[in-house]
Amino acid sequence: MTLNGWLQILLFCALTLALVKPLGGYMVRVFQGERTLLSPVLQPIERLLYRAAGPGARDEQHWLAYALAMLAFNLAGFLVLYLLQRLQGSLPLNPAGMAAVAPDLAFNTAASFMTNTNWQNYGGETTLSHLVQMAGLTVQNFVSAATGIAVALALIRGFARASARTVGNFWVDMTRTVLYLLLPISVVLTLVFVWQGVPQTLSGSIDATTLEGAKQTIALGPVASQEAIKMLGTNGGGFFNVNSAHPFENPTAFTNLLQMLAIFAIGAALTNVFGRMAGDPRQGWAILAAMGVLFLAGVAVAYWAEAAGNPLLHQAGVAGPNMEGKEVRFGPALSALFAVITTAASCGAVNAMHDSFLPLGGMIPLINMQLGEIIVGGVGAGLYGMLVFVVITVFVAGLMVGRTPEYLGKKIEAKEMKLAMLAILCLPFAMLVPTAVSVVLPQAVASIANPGPHGFSEVLYAYTSAAANNGSAFAGLSGNTPWYNVTLALAMLAGRFLVIIPALAIAGALAAKKTVPASAGTFPTHGGLFVGLLVGVILIVGGLTFFPALALGPVVEHLAMMAGQTFAAGN
Amino acid sequence: MIQSKPAGLLDARILVPAFGSAFAKLDPRQMIRNPVMFVVAVVTVLTTILFLRDLGTGAGNLGFSFQIVLWLWFTVLFANFAEAVAEGRGKAQAATLRRSRGETQAKKLLAGVGRSDYRLVPGTTLVVGDRVLVEPGDIIPSDGEVVEGIASVNEAAITGESAPVIRESGGDRSAVTGGTQVLSDWIVVRITAAAGSTFLDRMIALVEGAERQKTPNEIALNILLAGMTLIFVLATATIPGFAAYAGGSIPVLALVALFVTLIPTTIGALLSAIGIAGMDRLVRFNVLAMSGRAVEAAGDVDTLLLDKTGTITLGNRQATEFRPLGGVPVQELAEAARLASLADETPEGRSIVALAQDRHGIGGAAAPDPDALFVPFSANTRMSGVDIGGMAIRKGAVDAILKSLPADGGEAAREIRAIGDEIARAGGTPLAVVRDGRLLGVVQLKDIVKSGIRERFAEMRRMGIRTVMITGDNPLTAAAIAAEAGVDDFLAQATPENKLQLIREEQAKGKLVAMCGDGTNDAPALAQADVGVAMSSGTMAAREAGNMVDLDSDPTKLIEVVEIGKQLLMTRGALTTFSIANDVAKYFAIIPAMFAALYPQLQALNVMGLATPQSAILSAIIFNALVIVALIPLALKGVRYRPVGAAALLRRNLLVYGLGGIIVPFAGIKAIDLAVVALGLA
Repeated sequence: MTLNGWLQILLFCALTLALVKPLGGYMVRVFQGERTLLSPVLQPIERLLYRAAGPGARDEQHWLAYALAMLAFNLAGFLVLYLLQRLQGSLPLNPAGMAAVAPDLAFNTAASFMTNTNWQNYGGETTLSHLVQMAGLTVQNFVSAATGIAVALALIRGFARASARTVGNFWVDMTRTVLYLLLPISVVLTLVFVWQGVPQTLSGSIDATTLEGAKQTIALGPVASQEAIKMLGTNGGGFFNVNSAHPFENPTAFTNLLQMLAIFAIGAALTNVFGRMAGDPRQGWAILAAMGVLFLAGVAVAYWAEAAGNPLLHQAGVAGPNMEGKEVRFGPALSALFAVITTAASCGAVNAMHDSFLPLGGMIPLINMQLGEIIVGGVGAGLYGMLVFVVITVFVAGLMVGRTPEYLGKKIEAKEMKLAMLAILCLPFAMLVPTAVSVVLPQAVASIANPGPHGFSEVLYAYTSAAANNGSAFAGLSGNTPWYNVTLALAMLAGRFLVIIPALAIAGALAAKKTVPASAGTFPTHGGLFVGLLVGVILIVGGLTFFPALALGPVVEHLAMMAGQTFAAGN
Repeated sequence: MIQSKPAGLLDARILVPAFGSAFAKLDPRQMIRNPVMFVVAVVTVLTTILFLRDLGTGAGNLGFSFQIVLWLWFTVLFANFAEAVAEGRGKAQAATLRRSRGETQAKKLLAGVGRSDYRLVPGTTLVVGDRVLVEPGDIIPSDGEVVEGIASVNEAAITGESAPVIRESGGDRSAVTGGTQVLSDWIVVRITAAAGSTFLDRMIALVEGAERQKTPNEIALNILLAGMTLIFVLATATIPGFAAYAGGSIPVLALVALFVTLIPTTIGALLSAIGIAGMDRLVRFNVLAMSGRAVEAAGDVDTLLLDKTGTITLGNRQATEFRPLGGVPVQELAEAARLASLADETPEGRSIVALAQDRHGIGGAAAPDPDALFVPFSANTRMSGVDIGGMAIRKGAVDAILKSLPADGGEAAREIRAIGDEIARAGGTPLAVVRDGRLLGVVQLKDIVKSGIRERFAEMRRMGIRTVMITGDNPLTAAAIAAEAGVDDFLAQATPENKLQLIREEQAKGKLVAMCGDGTNDAPALAQADVGVAMSSGTMAAREAGNMVDLDSDPTKLIEVVEIGKQLLMTRGALTTFSIANDVAKYFAIIPAMFAALYPQLQALNVMGLATPQSAILSAIIFNALVIVALIPLALKGVRYRPVGAAALLRRNLLVYGLGGIIVPFAGIKAIDLAVVALGLA
C-alpha cells in the first residue's frame, strides 16, 4: 500500500461526504414538491405528464396500491425490454445487423435491467442493437434506479409520518426522481464524459488497420450517455463487455474518479434525505457512518490484499502488487477502491477483473454483496436494505434499555419483525440455495472455468451478484447457458422484489403507527454506540450466514495460495 | 402468600419437581409453543434415530455419536428445566393461595326478605347477583360488593397483611374478595364473580402461569428467533452441496452440531422463563398483573400520574401556623380554630388542636363543652365548625368561607384572600376561620413531602419518565408542592373527567401512561391508562378497570412496577444479544472441524486451538447446552436496572452481553475442549 494510494482513497471519501448535504437538501425539496432551481424548466413538463395521466394520478397511495403500481410498472418495463430483444432484427437502429436474442438470454437480460442488476450474460457490442441499448437498457437504467429511490422514499415516509394511511404516490415519486434528479445530472455527466473522450455516436463500428497491419473492428455507439446513468443509477451495465476497464468507457483518471463519485452520490445523499424527512438529520448521518465503517474496512482489506501481491509470483521473482486483470493506468489502489465501491453500492460496473483479484481481495466484493449491498448500496435499495437491518438491530438490542423496541418513535412489533425477517431471509435463500444446486448439477458445473475453491467462488459470486442486484461478474463462469440464464434471472427477481415488497409493507405499517416522542429513556440511535451496534448486527446476522460458503471459497483458496497451491483453469 | 417464606432462587423445593417437569414438557404439544426449541427437539429425535441405526449396524464412531446425541437431549431438557423452575416458584405461591380458597358454605339470602332469612349453600353454587350474609368468622364465599352493613375483614389471604381492614357499603371501600374472612360485625354482599372466575382464582392461575399467553414483544421476538433459525437452516443445508463440489462429504452429526449451536438456543430456551419470572417478581412485590402485556407496557411508560396524597406527600396535612387578620390577636384565632376542630377527627383537625396547645398553650385538659354542637364537613358548604356558647365558628376553604358571608366582607376579605394566596403559593392550604360572621384569620396547613421522593423523581427523569402529580388542591398550592417534590407537571383541582382528559392527551402524543387509583370514579381513567394499578382496597369497579392490582394498596409502588417492567425487557434483550453474539465463536469452533478432511488448510481458522475435530464439535455442543443452565439464575433474577438514562444503560449492557457474548464462548469452548481431552471423551 502506498501513501498515494490512500490519499486517492481519502480524496474520494471526502468528495462523497461533501456531496451528501447539498444533494440531500436538493432531493428533499424535489421529493416534497418544493421549488428548485430547475422548476421553471421542468415543472411544466411534470404538470403535463400528470395531466396526461388523468385525474387522481397524483393522489396519495396506501402501501399496497403503491406496491401494485410499482409491480405493474416493472412488469410493463420487463415485457417491453424482452420484446425489443426478441424483435431487434426487424427493428430500426440496428447498423450491425444483430439477430434476435435467444429467449433465455433475453429473459435474463430483461430481468437483469428491470431489477437494476445489469448482470450481463451478453456481450453488449456483439449482441444488442443500438435501439435495444438506448430504448431498452438505458430506459431501464433510469426507471429501475427511480423505482429503488421511490421505494426508499415510501419507507422514509413510513418512519416520518404518524397515524397515516398512505406512503406517497409511486407515479409522482418516479416522475420527480427521473425528471429532477437522474436526467439533469446524467446530462451534465454525459457532456463531461464526451469532453473526456468517451464516444457518443449512433454510427456502427469502425474498421481500423493497426500498426502491425492487422485488421481490427472498433465498436462505437452512444457510450457516454449510457455511461452516465450506468453509474448514477448504480446500474453497472456497460456499453462494452469489459465495462469501465475499457478506455472508451473510462478514458482518464478524472472520469474514473467521477464514475466512482457518481456511483455513491445518490445513495449516500439518500441517508441525508432520510434524516431530514424523519426530522432528525443526525439519524441519517448515523446510518451513513455505519456504511462508512463497513466501507473503509472493505477498502482496507481489498487494497491490502491487492497491494501485497501474490506471494507465489514474488517467489518467482516478480515483485510488486497483484496486477493481473487490472488496468495499469488505475493500479491496485483505484482498482480495489472501484471494486469495493461497485459492490458496496449495487452498481456492478468494474474497472478491473474481480476474478483476478487475490482470494481475500475478491472476498470483499463478495461480502459486500452478501450483506445485502447496504453499504451506501444501490440507489434507494441501499437505504431500504439498511433500514431493514436497522429494524432488526433496534429489535435485538433496543430491549436492553428497558423499553420495547422503537426507532424514530415507531414501535417495532411482530408485524414489522415478520416483514424484516422475510426481507433478510431472501438473500441467503437466493444466494446459497442456487449455488449449492449449481455446484452439484453436471451441466452447471461444466460452465465453471477453474477447479477447486476458485471455481466455487465463481458460482457463489454469480448468484450473490444476481440476488444482490449488483451485476458485477467474477468472470470465469460461462453464464450464457439456459441454466444460468434462468436461475440467475430468478435470483435477481427474488433479490429485488422479495425485499421491496416487505419494505413497502413495513412502510405502510409504520406510517399507521403513532410516533412516541423521544425522552431520556429512549434508545439512542444517532451516536457512535448505535453505529457500532448496527455494524455488529449487520456482520453477525447478515454476514455470518455466509461464513461456511466463504470458508470453502476465498478463505481456503487464500490459505492454499499461501501454501503454494493454485487453481488455474485447466489444472 | 407472604406468610410462607418465598422460595429462594435455587431452592430444593422447586428444583426437585422441576427435574420431573423438564421431562413432562417434552410433550410435542407443549414444545411447539417454542419454535426454536421445537426445532432442536426434532433434530435431536432424528439424530437419535440415526444413532440407533448406526448402533444396529455398528457403523461410525459410536462413542462420539452417543455423546452428541446425549448433549442434544440435554439442550432440550435444560430449556424445559428453566421453564419448570420459573413456573415452580409461582406454583409454590399458588399452593398457599389455594389453601385459603377451600370449600366455603355461604349464607344465601332469599330475595325480598330480611337478613335473618338465609339458606346455607356451598359457595361454588353462587351465581352473579346472589346476596349473601357474612358474619364474624365466616369466609366471604366469592368476590362481591358490600350492599349493606360494615365489617372488619382480614385480607391476609390475599395481601399478606394481617391488620384487618374496614369494608362497608357505598363509597370506595365496598369491594370484598372471596377467601377473605370477616372478623367483626356483619355485611351483606352482592356476588359479582361466579365460582372459578374470582379474584383468587385468577391470582392462582396467574402465579401458576397456567393462563400465560405470549406477550406482544415475546411474539415479535419469537418471529426474530424463528427467522434466524430459518437463515441457519439455509446456511447449514447448503453445506453438503458445497462439500460435494469440493469432492467430499460432511458427517450429519457435524451439520447437526453446527445448526443447533448456531440457532439462538440460549434465548429460545430461556425466553418463557424470563417472562414467567417477570410476573413472579411483581407477585413478590404484592402486585398482580392481569396480563403479561401490562408488565411490558410498564417498561414503556412515558408518563406517570401520581396522586399527591399518600404518594408524594404524607397522607395528612398538618397545621403549621395561625395567621390572624390585622387587629385580631393570634390567641383569639387559635382558640376559635381549636374549638372548631375539637370534634374534628380528621388528621388536619387534630393537628390544629395540637398546634394551638403546643404553640399557644390553649386548651390542654379541658373537656369539650357538652352543649357544643359540632357541624361536620359537607361537600355542599365545604365548611365544618361548631356552635358553642352562642357562638358559631366555621373553618373552611377561603372562598367557601367568603361565600358564606352575607356581604363581600370588604377590607377583611381582601386581606384574608391575600394571606390565603401567600400560603397557597408556598404550597400550603389556607383554612379561613370565621366567628359569627367576623373573619378572624387563616390556619396554614402544610403538606409534608415524603423524604427521598425528590430523588426518586430525579431518577424517573433520567429514565425518561415524566411524572405528573394529581391533586384536588388549587393550582397555586399544587405548583408549590410540585416544585418542592420535583415532579415535572401537575394537574390541580383534578376531577375524574380532567384526569381522563389528561391521559387521553398524553396518549394522543404517543405516550404510554401509568396511573393508580382506587375509587369507582377512577375506573374510567384506570381503564384508559396503559398501565392502571388498582389498589386492592379500592372498589370492584376500579379493580376490574385496572390491568394490575396492588395488594398492599401502596400507590408509591407504581414506580417499582415500572422498574420491574424495564427489568423484564432488559433481561430479554440482554440474553438475545448474548445468544446471537455467541455464534461468532461457534463458527470458529465447528467450521475448521467440519471441513478438516476436505481442506486441512482451514485449520488456520481454529483460533482456539481445539484438540481434534471431534473434540471441537463436542465442546461447542456442550458449551451450548451448559450456557442455558448457567444463565437460568440471570433469567429468573433479571438484569439489574439502573436509572441512568438509556444511553448509559445501553453502553453497559452492550459491553457485558454483546462484547461478553462474543468473548465468553471462546473461553468457554476452549475450557470444555481441554476437559473433554483430559477426560478422553473425544
